[in-house]
Amino acid sequence: MAELAPDGERPFPPGDYPVVIVGSGPGALQVSASLRRLGVQHAVISADDRPGGMFRRFPLFQRLITWTKPFAPAERGSRAYEWYDWNSLLGHDPPVRALVAGFMDGTSYFPSRPEMERGLAAFADTARVAVRYGCRWEGTRREDGGLALATSDGEYRCRIAVFAVGMTEPWKPSNIPGIEDVPQYVDTRDARTYANRRVFVIGKRNSGFEVADGLLPWARQVVLASPRPAKISVLTHSTAAARARYLQPYEDHVLGGGTLVLDAAIERVERTADGFRIRAGGTTRPGTFSFEVDDCIAATGFGTPLGDLEKLGVKTFYQGRLPAQTPYWESVTAPGVYFAGSITQGSVGLKKYGMASSSAAVHGFRYNGVVLAEHIASTHFGVELAGRPIDPDTAVDFLLEEATKAPELWNQQSYLARQLVRSGDGAILDSGIVPLQHFVDEAGPDGMAVAVETDDTGDIHPAVYLRRGGRTDEHLLSGDPLLDFRRGDHRAQLASLLKEWMA
Amino acid sequence: MADGDDVVDILAGLTLFADLSRPQLEAVAHTFDEEFFSQGQRVIRQGFAGNGFFVILDGEASVLVDGQEAASLSRGDFFGEVSLLLGEPPIADIVATRPLRCLVLAGSELEEFLVQSPRVMYRMVQAQARRLRSAMQWRS
Repeated sequence: MAELAPDGERPFPPGDYPVVIVGSGPGALQVSASLRRLGVQHAVISADDRPGGMFRRFPLFQRLITWTKPFAPAERGSRAYEWYDWNSLLGHDPPVRALVAGFMDGTSYFPSRPEMERGLAAFADTARVAVRYGCRWEGTRREDGGLALATSDGEYRCRIAVFAVGMTEPWKPSNIPGIEDVPQYVDTRDARTYANRRVFVIGKRNSGFEVADGLLPWARQVVLASPRPAKISVLTHSTAAARARYLQPYEDHVLGGGTLVLDAAIERVERTADGFRIRAGGTTRPGTFSFEVDDCIAATGFGTPLGDLEKLGVKTFYQGRLPAQTPYWESVTAPGVYFAGSITQGSVGLKKYGMASSSAAVHGFRYNGVVLAEHIASTHFGVELAGRPIDPDTAVDFLLEEATKAPELWNQQSYLARQLVRSGDGAILDSGIVPLQHFVDEAGPDGMAVAVETDDTGDIHPAVYLRRGGRTDEHLLSGDPLLDFRRGDHRAQLASLLKEWMA
Repeated sequence: MADGDDVVDILAGLTLFADLSRPQLEAVAHTFDEEFFSQGQRVIRQGFAGNGFFVILDGEASVLVDGQEAASLSRGDFFGEVSLLLGEPPIADIVATRPLRCLVLAGSELEEFLVQSPRVMYRMVQAQARRLRSAMQWRS
């Protein structure tokens, strides 16, 4: 295996490594730190010149939509605090934990982009995550049962490759004539240059509302349009919908303030001498619209820069924007090819009640990264992850404490679960956090998994899954208005299930 | 969101959406999410709450009741609506028997979608009538 370079030189020269991680954003940093703790040798390469990934550029209007609460009900740095800090990466030792809060200036509980970037750099530094910067991944092929990655610095050979390259490739739909002339979200200019101009924004997701919100102080009028009605997080109970902090344009619209938020399918975009002409057909209310505007912006999202991975056999979906993945974030069609970071949203999970996982954001995929590292270590490199024995008399308390406070279960609802299994001698073992889909769909020893779920009425409650004889059943516990699941009725419900499982 | 000409073109060819205009098809493509299931993967789990309504874009699936195959599904077929309409957990597993590409709508959104799309609801009732007729013929 290639060795680390001496101090002062770039680490990870081309050569053979058990694992190669591509990227230096939060997904790559998390997996590297977790693999390092498990003792799995690996190289990290990145085309960038410093850590941060997409946070080096986005969001355009400089403040994140994921919160970090410097002062919270749980002590900063504790495991429970992670539920209140959606932006810090996960370290094992105290100096590496909850770093983002330390860079925030108190003007908002949404960190600014530079604050987030400093937090990530501090994690890379404190957790001693080494990265070979300026090394661009250029191609991939199979070799001797493993993978060979061609890079700008030379060739890397490995058994396992983890691609943490982000959903960072600007994407526009191909079925709208003229959209090729429309600047994408990433090409949005400085807000001041839109002063007194009429701006049409295609898209009503977070990036569309972010642009509209940023242009409200400058634009003469902002029009947002896409075929379906806007989904709002406070109504859908999901962070996958447009977040409340970007909703000022929506309020402007419903109060008739000049901003328009339309449900319309864009039929054509034409360049004019002074700007753009947009023709659209109403969806929720039939009709045709024609707009003459000074500027048009396609806030139509991102895809994954997969390079040549599709040629290697990686199956994609969602218009080719995401690789299809197993519950452990391995390509469903290309063994040994794993994904980390925001790309892990391509492993959809159970998606109960229509709720997407939080894998698109740091507060979700940081846990995927920890679980992925454990999976790679145990599955491919023989690292033994011994389960922790649980006294049957304390199992109910333990699981209800987890359901009430475990950040993995709260940040990744219906997606990650705390798993207990029975050992050969009948003892109960806590075998950690696992993908819920894997637990319910794959064969395994008799076990119990506990997740937190929000149903379609907004009720948040624990869900217990019992696997016996290869069959898994679902049991939903009660909710609680104070979100404390350690009360008498929860104890009685879980004790009954545990007794059933132990019988 | 399952946007793109590919999805809209496929939807335009499905009986369920045959009466919709192009903007309405675009709205369907943006309202539903696209999901991919590899061969052998469960799509709906018998007895589990919180399922969605699925429309098959490509691929094939099996309906398994207590592990026994009761029906097979392919492009244009839909599933998940029975448990949603009745407010009960599904009584069957749906398992991909070939790589399966679906559009999926959250269960809580089905009623509103059907009420706002009466022609889709009519086509769905027609399909259910065919399924009922087939079941009756099978029993007789």
